Amino acid sequence: MSRGSLPRYILARIGLMIPMMLVLLTLVFLLLRVAPGDPITAAVGGKLDPVVIEARRESLGLNRPLIVQYLEYLWQVARFDFGQTISDNRPIIEIIRDNGGATLTLTIGAFLIALGIGIPLGLVAGRARDSVRDVVIRLFGVVTYAAPIFFVGLMMQMFVARPLGFPTSGIANPRTQFTVATKPITHILLIDAALQGNTQALGDILLHHVLPCLTLGLLICGVFIRLVRVNLLQTLQADYVEAARARGIHESRVVRKHAFRNALVPVVTVIGLQAAMLLGGAVLTEKTFNWPGLGTQLVHYISARDYIGVQGLVTFFAVIVVMISLVVDVINALIDPRVRYS
Amino acid sequence: MKILLAPFRNTTGMARWLLVSGLALVALFVVMAVFAPWLAPYGFAQNSVDGVKFEKLVPPGPGHPFGTNDLFYDVLSRVIWGSQTALVVVLLSVVLSALIGVPLGLLSGYVGGRTDRVLVLIMDALYAFPSLLLAIVFGFLLKSVLPSGVVAAALSLTVIYIPQYFRVVRNTAVSAREATYVEAARALGASNSTIMRRYLFSNVIQSVPVIGTLNAADAISTLAALGFLGLGIQPQEAAEWGFDLSRAMDDAASGIWWTGLFPGIAIVLLVTGLTLVGEGLNETVNPTLRKRRFSAVVLPPAAVPSGSATGSTTGAEGAAS
Repeated sequence: MSRGSLPRYILARIGLMIPMMLVLLTLVFLLLRVAPGDPITAAVGGKLDPVVIEARRESLGLNRPLIVQYLEYLWQVARFDFGQTISDNRPIIEIIRDNGGATLTLTIGAFLIALGIGIPLGLVAGRARDSVRDVVIRLFGVVTYAAPIFFVGLMMQMFVARPLGFPTSGIANPRTQFTVATKPITHILLIDAALQGNTQALGDILLHHVLPCLTLGLLICGVFIRLVRVNLLQTLQADYVEAARARGIHESRVVRKHAFRNALVPVVTVIGLQAAMLLGGAVLTEKTFNWPGLGTQLVHYISARDYIGVQGLVTFFAVIVVMISLVVDVINALIDPRVRYS
Repeated sequence: MKILLAPFRNTTGMARWLLVSGLALVALFVVMAVFAPWLAPYGFAQNSVDGVKFEKLVPPGPGHPFGTNDLFYDVLSRVIWGSQTALVVVLLSVVLSALIGVPLGLLSGYVGGRTDRVLVLIMDALYAFPSLLLAIVFGFLLKSVLPSGVVAAALSLTVIYIPQYFRVVRNTAVSAREATYVEAARALGASNSTIMRRYLFSNVIQSVPVIGTLNAADAISTLAALGFLGLGIQPQEAAEWGFDLSRAMDDAASGIWWTGLFPGIAIVLLVTGLTLVGEGLNETVNPTLRKRRFSAVVLPPAAVPSGSATGSTTGAEGAAS
């Protein structure tokens, strides 16, 4: 494989991914397993007999040396086994299966909304620098980024949902939930409804998506506005753009044909980082809209003081973040060959 | 003084206007924070005056301009005291993370080698991880260990901002290490610590105020998010906007808007102000974004085919030359 070939780049990138994953997993393990002391006592202490607690510690293997537990934890994660919660004995992988779909459709919807709003506004703002249009768009971007998700959600619930009749809680009506979820195919409610050909349920689920996706999407769109604007400004100062101008090409064509695409390349790069932010924002959105996703589960296990539950879910988030950054890097290398040489 | 005024001198028109309004917003909250004891009509955890208990969930009106919330507290007082909590926590976390991140980055970038590689790996991993989740994990852990919610919140925020200083400072230090002026200093016999302190430090420190301001903006939201998730500061310890908003979520269903609206607006205004200041500083520090007053080459509209002088990005389809 020659230098700069795509397979070589992907292999090198996977090579970089492994130590990063190890660092993250070690961090999660150290934080949640070592620092607080005993997870069983934290979760069910005071409610159970000390003898019973000791027995549970033993059955979970928590009395073994830490290094053994650590290696076992890594081995488990490698097999996509994230452990079992203490407070209600649920395998984490089951939680991910049942609730992951809701988080997935929420974040994808939000992401599409953010791109749809952010890129056009960013281009308009960067094109007409320091005009009133630019300032208004920038302010919009700053304010949507500044507004906490739960505050936007609250305002949406009070001033949009109530007058217009949008649902503000959950991913579907109880009836839809019941009919669709009893025959799970992919465990992603939206897709299951579509696969079952249940148009009424599909409409109901989509309607429930509107406000949460919009709320989360608005947060991210500010980032895209800012990014696209700044990139366009920088690209417009590049030598080749100046050269195009010097050849007498009209400014709007210079922007459209020469600057746009190059201004969008860094957007792909930061999508990986946006994914991390989207996951964080999803936790808040889910809490705000009673969304049955992984964020709600995380908050639930936090308030239950279930260290293994928190550890399992946070580990899963870490795995997802690293995976997404790998995929984004590969896409980036496909678009921009220079990346492969760096 | 000259450095302090640089952002003003380098900006014109709208950019300056945005910077000034950002500064004004931040100043407003600083005044509110410092003079909270005099400005707020009541204490942040005061639910009665002269032995008479406040009414619960009173709409805005005389006596309580912003109404009262479900804990019988005066909403206006909570908003004013909340700015003190927010600024104290954020100042603490931003200063702490810069104090840890900057020297670490300087050392890592200058020394290089294995130390550098290990530190970069750890910091990159921390940076890649969703910052809110990191803060949640730390908030979750520290809450049970530390007696003070304010300190626990500040430390949870500190952790997530260290990598940002580290990355920027390290990268600047790596490129500065090879610069001729550093080589000259080394030739003069300057020790490593002298080079780092006297030569590299002043070079890398320029970007710190920008990161600090933008982090402060982010920290305000993250602090509120922790409060919203119940991992922040307890209402009796200090007034915290995020906590108040989490209580307000239940009020919204019954049409009570004043318990959520005012703390929410406070967060939006303060974060907006800090972001505008940070962006304004960034545009003056970052030369690629600086708008030069004289050197910009813009062709006059007359030099191009007619019918395309609209200047809009989409409306000039026929402009192919």
